[in-house]
Amino acid sequence: MFKGLIGKKLGMTQVFGEDGSAVPVTIIEAGPCFVTQIRTLNKDGYSAVQIGFEEVKEKKLTAGEVGHLERAKLPPLRILREFRTSTPEVKEGDKVDVSQFEVGKRVDVIGMSKGKGFAGGVKRHGFRGGPVTHGQSDRLRGPGSISSTTTPGRIFKGKRMAGHMGNERVSSQNLKVVLVDVEKNLIGVNGSVPGPRGGLVVIKEARKQ
Amino acid sequence: MGRIMTDLIKSIEAPLNTNIPELMPGDSVSVHVKIVEGDRERIQEFKGTIIALSNKSNQETFTVRRIASNGIGVERTFLRRSPRIDKVVVERHGKVRRAKLFYLREKTGKKARLKEKFS
Repeated sequence: MFKGLIGKKLGMTQVFGEDGSAVPVTIIEAGPCFVTQIRTLNKDGYSAVQIGFEEVKEKKLTAGEVGHLERAKLPPLRILREFRTSTPEVKEGDKVDVSQFEVGKRVDVIGMSKGKGFAGGVKRHGFRGGPVTHGQSDRLRGPGSISSTTTPGRIFKGKRMAGHMGNERVSSQNLKVVLVDVEKNLIGVNGSVPGPRGGLVVIKEARKQ
Repeated sequence: MGRIMTDLIKSIEAPLNTNIPELMPGDSVSVHVKIVEGDRERIQEFKGTIIALSNKSNQETFTVRRIASNGIGVERTFLRRSPRIDKVVVERHGKVRRAKLFYLREKTGKKARLKEKFS
């Protein structure tokens, strides 16, 4: 059965569990989303459900996008995402919201991580940096040796070095659903979720339960 | 927009416990904590002096220090909105001039007393 939703990360807080323990939660404002298209094996070569999120003014979209949504008799929606599933069980134009998720069940949340810019090896790969004392200078956060000498005479591909970090697609897997508020379209998951506050996230049923 | 977001988060946070009066640093309090033993629930008292308050809305805490039987200081930090707190009774207001009373940790015996504040 298809389970998926597009949402916006609101931020983190804590709630109290039944036994009175404080649980850290990320609140996501998710949905309501609309099914914009059903991809089928015969027609598209794969089976998936496409859903749209966040209503906008028509002029914000291109004519092609508007036409695509009009086909399913839907208002202009800013964000479209596809979810692979072999059993759609929904049809075009259907509304999906947080009620499909249950408290206590596990979900995966996918988002774009915060960009860290050009980051050194210590931050990016957890290198330990160089020694601080004993006459050392200029190598506090250095990467150390990156290869041997004449053999191999080059640096191996994929050697971990400084470079761009963050702003990439990250999945947080197996997060427990702590609260679901259908009225306010809120879902709370235990723990953190990739991306900044206000960032776009996709919620799916957990893949590795 | 940021405003609406925080309002939405606030809406799911726990409400204030009405059995907890306004607390001040230096107050001598008795905290009644619910404790679950097996399937039985009982109430345990923790008596001491409030040495610190932290006001982080949903994560408000207060730290209570007491001197246990053999002169060993015991500090416990409570979450103000925790459902495990049954009630808090303020027994005495202490006269203090600062917000955090960590200096009490270095004092023992008669030096660790606070004068009472009458209002």
